Amino acid sequence: MLEKTNVKVLDKVVVRFSGDSGDGMQLAGNIFTNVSAGVGNQVSTFPDYPAEIRAPQGSLSGVSGFQVSVGRGVHTPGDQCDVLVAMNPAALKQNVRFLKPGGVIIVDVDSFTENDLKKAQFKTLDPIAELGLEGFQIMETPVTSMTKAALEGRGMDNKSVLKCRNIFALGVVCWLFDRDINAAKRHLNKKFAKKPAVAEANSLVLDAGYNFGHNTHASVSTYRIETEDPRPGIYTDINGNTATAWGLIMASEKSGRPLFLGSYPITPATDILHELAKRKDLGVKACQMEDEIAGVCSAIGASFAGNLAVTSTSGPGLALKSEGIGLAVIAELPLVVIDVQRGGPSTGLPTKTEQTDLMQALYGRNGESPVAVVAPASPTDCFTMAFEACRIAIEHMTPVILLSDAFIGNGSSAWRIPEADEFPAIKPNYLPSDIDKTSWKPYQRDAETLVRYWAIPGTEGLQHRLGGLEKDCVTSAISTDPANHEKMVNLRREKIARIANNIPELTVQGNADADTILVGWGGTYGHLMTATDQLCATGHDVAFAHFRYINPLPKNALEVLSRYKNIIVAELNTGMFADYLQAKIPGKTIKRINKIQGQPFLVKEIVDSVIDLTK
Amino acid sequence: MEQDKPCYTAANYKSDQSVRWCPGCGDHAILNTLHKAMATLGVPPHMTAVISGIGCSSRLPYYMNTYGFHTIHGRAAAIATGFKVANPEMTVWQISGDGDGLAIGGNHFIHAVRRNIDINILLFNNKIYGLTKGQYSPTSARGFVSKSSPYGTTEDPFIPAELVFGARGNFFGRSIDVELQTSQEVMVAAARHKGASVVEILQNCVIFNNGIHNAITDRSVRADRTIHLRHGEKMIFGANGDKGLVRDGFLLKAVTIGQDGYTMDDVLVHDAHTPSNFLHQQLAMMDGETLPLAIGIIRDVEAITYNDGVEAQVKEVRAKKGFNTLRDMILAGETWEVK
Repeated sequence: MLEKTNVKVLDKVVVRFSGDSGDGMQLAGNIFTNVSAGVGNQVSTFPDYPAEIRAPQGSLSGVSGFQVSVGRGVHTPGDQCDVLVAMNPAALKQNVRFLKPGGVIIVDVDSFTENDLKKAQFKTLDPIAELGLEGFQIMETPVTSMTKAALEGRGMDNKSVLKCRNIFALGVVCWLFDRDINAAKRHLNKKFAKKPAVAEANSLVLDAGYNFGHNTHASVSTYRIETEDPRPGIYTDINGNTATAWGLIMASEKSGRPLFLGSYPITPATDILHELAKRKDLGVKACQMEDEIAGVCSAIGASFAGNLAVTSTSGPGLALKSEGIGLAVIAELPLVVIDVQRGGPSTGLPTKTEQTDLMQALYGRNGESPVAVVAPASPTDCFTMAFEACRIAIEHMTPVILLSDAFIGNGSSAWRIPEADEFPAIKPNYLPSDIDKTSWKPYQRDAETLVRYWAIPGTEGLQHRLGGLEKDCVTSAISTDPANHEKMVNLRREKIARIANNIPELTVQGNADADTILVGWGGTYGHLMTATDQLCATGHDVAFAHFRYINPLPKNALEVLSRYKNIIVAELNTGMFADYLQAKIPGKTIKRINKIQGQPFLVKEIVDSVIDLTK
Repeated sequence: MEQDKPCYTAANYKSDQSVRWCPGCGDHAILNTLHKAMATLGVPPHMTAVISGIGCSSRLPYYMNTYGFHTIHGRAAAIATGFKVANPEMTVWQISGDGDGLAIGGNHFIHAVRRNIDINILLFNNKIYGLTKGQYSPTSARGFVSKSSPYGTTEDPFIPAELVFGARGNFFGRSIDVELQTSQEVMVAAARHKGASVVEILQNCVIFNNGIHNAITDRSVRADRTIHLRHGEKMIFGANGDKGLVRDGFLLKAVTIGQDGYTMDDVLVHDAHTPSNFLHQQLAMMDGETLPLAIGIIRDVEAITYNDGVEAQVKEVRAKKGFNTLRDMILAGETWEVK
């Protein structure tokens, strides 16, 4: 049936869907992602949506994008795209810079009206000439009129018809990449299960788009994407925020402590609240509180009451929660604080990614107030590190801050669903049977880990009082004794330091014997790993270490880093982790690669900078 | 059947810590009353939690042999809310002052009431910041002179009851620190009420605001300037028990029975359980000047609590499509197998 002419066999391709924020680009992108994952492709996505809820229609600020990379060896959504879908002149103007030379542009020429061109600040009526798009393959596609034609005579109003435009574009892309049109229809039917008429209309439009591609543009190169052959198992597509929520649930199962979330809506962390609110079907209690402070405080109350307690937020919310986290530090209660980082300061860039909350997480509280800090490396690693945050919180009776970010929180990839026994049991530090209840004191602690015992309210004979005033190091009675305070400060610090005995050591990737080690932390893993591979493949040998445990650092971390002549820390801030490491490795000058643009690294930026810094 | 229930005395609720409030502070009486109220309720100490914010009154949990948490300024309501949702079997008390509960913690206060979380909020109102040594509070009257208002305040106060009704509260009671019987009666009723209960206790700060409530609470005037409301009973007050509250159009009026043609039949009967808060609010707003200040249980109406709502929803959702494990839940979604 389909003549496959000009088939390019690529390891991976990157598609960027762009349009007005009301054009349904996220849905079209998501369906394409799911269909691709369904045939075994690795996928990585990057929704790039505007800060405004609904910017003026057709305006440059209202452009919404969804970029997805599919194929094998996919670690990132890609720096540049092979195919750009642009639903209006504004989207074309904003996104053409992301397109590779020679790439394909699918653009709705029906949108080239005087009005829309003006809104997108074009000076002429020929945007293609004005933008100088000679080097690209342009598919001038009448998306709007073809969508209307496909739905003619069905008695639908104009607004409902126009809502299907995104699916026409999806049909064209499915044709371009030889995707199974029926798989896409299954996703549409599921999405619109409660609106069969909408599902049917979209299905017709999808066919129309697919056929349009087939019938009129056979000359455009089509791609066939290799399928990846990953580890056997059952897979699903998952984004970082959902993975975070699920990791918490797994920790609840493995610790036997019920899961409580106290939260307040904030971009880009709200999806964690959304997911856990749905998970009443697993017994999760997710409470939307009146503000960020109430979010953390309700979690502290739930923790005292014996739950696995979590609060989720982004940078501004973390600032509001500081005093509450300090209370959990002095009360020595388990608490998981999730910060899905975004651009700051203040309201900053709410929908864009950054790693600028590291110092806030480490030090953003009054007094000597150490907490554990961990950071997931990828969307799927959010599951593992959310689990780890809970494990550390419960086993060490401490707040743990999980530093996710907008890039991995919203990005998705294929994820192998872990087997039931894949994650270890989490062992709450309950009062051991050899300690008599009558002689027990609330701040008595395990000699090795320095962790106090967790006495769950409701237990007879273990009534006790906690509080934010300094406590006697054994009895927990209020103490203003100077020596006791210093002892407690040191004890709280040492307790966190000893978590290092309970986390994995740092491993080195790339060429471990190289002179130079590239260092990263958190959500930049995919880009740094890809850059490492490229550097090693082009004769620039480099080792690579990626940190997911920030405080404490893995036990071997400083020794490993000290082996290298050059240490280069790459991060999406002005050098916070580099400063943190530099204080611990005073003898060596740590080099830095920094980017603070609200955007992820480009692999090329890393490669070029490493070569530059090691000349 | 009552025999099997272990019996508790006030002493069972006392911790071994020595009480450190100033001699003569109204908090001592409230603490002792709370110990007695808990014994009357009979909830075991290990099934009771007392959670406070910051301020003189917030020291109270240290003096209780229950689970206790002395937290941070203003946040007791939020912490108590999380506690109750997480561990709904326990009886939860929140101790706050007028600064802690209505200034820095005002937002949590109104939302706890609105949400109807099943906690018992004891609001110690002495119209002053005591722990920081004498600044005006959000309940201090306009013109009140304090260290932070040397020329008198230029703002109007909150009336706690009005906030409770504004937040659609279902339980409001009031007492005076020295009215031990009334305090105990209101505390017990607050604990038995399912939902957010607010008990305002007029408390005397002997150091920084001594006698602030005297115009109402002094023995020489108390009988005429207060009225003890009891559900199902006539609204009668006065040293001779000859005064009563009657309707006057949409408002209330204090009359002397036998004068101006008013008889006992005209005197209103208190109904604390009627869902409409119209009359409750009028009663609660009486300030002891033209109309007597109401003490006792002013409103006590049952409504679904937040924590029960959460439990019921978990049960309902799980019955319909509950999963035993996370893995089951994920496998029920969109997946593919790689062999």
